[in-house]
Amino acid sequence: MLMLNTALAVAFGCVTAAIGLTVWRLLIGPDQPDRILALDTLYINAIALLVLLGIQFNSALYFEAAILIAMMGFVGTVALCKYILRGDIIE
Amino acid sequence: MKHWLPHPLLTPTLALIWVLLTNSFAPGSVLLGLLLGWLIPLFTRRFWPDPVRVRQPLTLLRLLLVIGADILVANLIVAWRILRGARHIQPAFIAVPLDLRSELGISLLANTVSLTPGTVSAWLSPDRRVLIVQALHVTDPDALIATIKQRYETPIRRVFESC
Amino acid sequence: MLDITLSVLIILGALFTLIGSLGLVRMPDFYTRLHGPTKATTIGVGSLLIASMLYFSTQTNSWSLHEVLVTLFLFITAPVSAHLLSKAALHLRVRSVVEPPPLMTATADDSEFTTAAPPLNPSPAPQPTAHHSP
Repeated sequence: MLMLNTALAVAFGCVTAAIGLTVWRLLIGPDQPDRILALDTLYINAIALLVLLGIQFNSALYFEAAILIAMMGFVGTVALCKYILRGDIIE
Repeated sequence: MKHWLPHPLLTPTLALIWVLLTNSFAPGSVLLGLLLGWLIPLFTRRFWPDPVRVRQPLTLLRLLLVIGADILVANLIVAWRILRGARHIQPAFIAVPLDLRSELGISLLANTVSLTPGTVSAWLSPDRRVLIVQALHVTDPDALIATIKQRYETPIRRVFESC
Repeated sequence: MLDITLSVLIILGALFTLIGSLGLVRMPDFYTRLHGPTKATTIGVGSLLIASMLYFSTQTNSWSLHEVLVTLFLFITAPVSAHLLSKAALHLRVRSVVEPPPLMTATADDSEFTTAAPPLNPSPAPQPTAHHSP
């Protein structure tokens, strides 16, 4: 069990660092697509964090949140991309 | 048959997804899944004009295995490229001429290309004849085009399109 | 034995997630940044989900397979969002280290979206001259 706990601690560190890097790109990202890509990566990282929390606290509830974030994040990315693709045309 | 069961493959798939979603293999759950799998294709028939037909199941299985192995290799390669830094990459846009004609075939090929070695499908020409692919590191564009066509496009065409 | 497998899967998954985000920061232009998240992060989360599947299956003595759904969902949606993102970037002519390909018609993207869902009540064609007349 000690080994698993160590692995979980290291994994939490890695995923948190990943979220930090993504937020950095979200803040500096020179163009709109960069920011959308950062958001997209941010929600995948959030899924990773939730799965790790589920293992840590031995609860299946986190999984439901993960599946919801997966779906909503994808829909959000698609909506933002479509806004860029057709937002500048006169309808 | 065609009227009451418009998509024979969609029904078991939806039932399987339902069983996985509820995370129980109780008979009641399976039954509800099959009911949903039967009703949802009936009510959404207008969104699915033509049913998916698989012609060579063995070729499909081999294609899936090849794609799975390639995804693993692709990830190691991309991870290595990222760790080595931006100085050692040579990105390029490559136009891949398509032989596929069906919408399903083209979208499957585009997804496969995005998941496998260092390439992301970037743009499809309006007449659906050319797929623009963005590659992370490419030294020989023609070899990459040949690989994509022979490794992924030919099996997809054999399985999902009559030729 | 189970502990070792789980630990390896968890560490590998977390490392790949980190490398994907690192690619997002390190790469020089948008199109090369796209590669990190679509590949490394997806397989990182996939590996974490397999670990979670193993953990809960052995913990509760009953199969816990719903993680497969998220894995499959991510593997299907990651290429789709990558394609849409690069399409949006090509549309906006985002700066690139290599010359982006010439697009045949700039309005092709728009027509694709408008023909996908025809309006139920087609409104009469707008008169462009009416808006511009003082």
